[in-house]
Amino acid sequence: MSANSNQRPETGGFFARDRAWHAPALTPEYKTSILRSPQRALLSLDGTISEITGPVFGHSMIGELDNDLIHNYARPGESAIGERIIVHGRVLDERGQPVRGALLEFWQANAGGRYRHKKETYLAAIDPNFGGCGRAITDDDGRYAFRTVKPGPYPWPNGVNDWRPAHIHFSVFGHGFAQRLITQMYFEGDPMIWKCPIVNTIPDRRAIEQLIAPLDWGQTIPMDARAYKFDIVLRGRRSTLFENRLEGN
Amino acid sequence: MVQELHRLKETPSQTAGPYVHIGLTPNYCDIRGVYDGDLGTAMVNDQTLGERITVRGRILDGADTLVRDAIAEIWQADSAGLYNSPSEMRGTADPNFTGWGRCPTNAEDGYFQFETIKPGKVPFKDGRLMAPHITLWIVARGINIGLHTRIYFSDEAEANAIDPLLLRIEHRQRVETMVAQKDGSTYTLDIHLQGPKETVFLDI
Repeated sequence: MSANSNQRPETGGFFARDRAWHAPALTPEYKTSILRSPQRALLSLDGTISEITGPVFGHSMIGELDNDLIHNYARPGESAIGERIIVHGRVLDERGQPVRGALLEFWQANAGGRYRHKKETYLAAIDPNFGGCGRAITDDDGRYAFRTVKPGPYPWPNGVNDWRPAHIHFSVFGHGFAQRLITQMYFEGDPMIWKCPIVNTIPDRRAIEQLIAPLDWGQTIPMDARAYKFDIVLRGRRSTLFENRLEGN
Repeated sequence: MVQELHRLKETPSQTAGPYVHIGLTPNYCDIRGVYDGDLGTAMVNDQTLGERITVRGRILDGADTLVRDAIAEIWQADSAGLYNSPSEMRGTADPNFTGWGRCPTNAEDGYFQFETIKPGKVPFKDGRLMAPHITLWIVARGINIGLHTRIYFSDEAEANAIDPLLLRIEHRQRVETMVAQKDGSTYTLDIHLQGPKETVFLDI
């Protein structure tokens, strides 16, 4: 692990999380949350050094095909089946500043809506050339990109006839462990987004819209792959100018 | 409408779902050959300074059923109380200790387990030393936003008694929900997501 920037690292605490913007823990329409949701109030803790620090991952750990899901599990000379797409965007913080060196890990179903997982029982076919995972680290402008196939929607046991809209899961590390985030990206124009009990755990429509990636015609590569843009915003960080100094700092 | 270009609200969290292993620990779920190994499986090497310990625990839901499809991540200081992070300005952490680990809860017995070292003490914001602790973050199907808590150590009773965070827990019987019990070099803690033994979770 190493820093990838010459800039002086920031050490301020993070902006308080706007819990009303996120889903509450208990969302009965998403049934699994009923027994997995804490009922007591969270204990508030303005970040200490244990939360404002976090692991950093070097670009050197990223393999050449890590951000190419079409090929990173495929047999030589073959590729995954499906609509070829590029997903790209920036990781910013709430201040609008790029988060450089952020590790993104993504995972998804194949083009037919089938995950490569032993707990998955959907009858859609496995694609022998598609694993479903990838990762990238943002550059100095906070940018990332990966190539994949558009995942299919799939049915899941919640309501009698619930389907997940096509989506890609994202896991994000910023610069502090308090910024740790897992979320899902959806695709512009998918009418199933608004029927999904997991999407609808989020109370504010504007927050849901923040998870919908627009088709990015400009970045689309002719005769090759369409592009979708997905920016991710992590918690912002306070200036340390007026903060009490930590002992030894 | 779609995502706005310059919106500066935090991206809302969504559940990690049942197939989180594909993304975070692909080798664990038999997706081999994409990455050399799963991230976060090795926190120490044979040069790491400090007392070797094992930290393990289970996650139970509100019906006391094991949560076998979760991922636990931990973040901790080295044996001298320094974090292996660019934001650590007090000194340089042990280069042979990552400080970060990731482990799925086992599909059979429900345990997550980390081979690590006992962390040193680090200061609270006002300079008081906190008791040695590990930051724990849990995601799983049914959890809409990752849960933060801490793991303290049962053999640090004196330090725990004056820990600035533990002192703020109003219902004193809940303090023990954050204290792992020592048996030899192994510390064990059950995390209860809900119910009378509910773990103290943090809004950090």
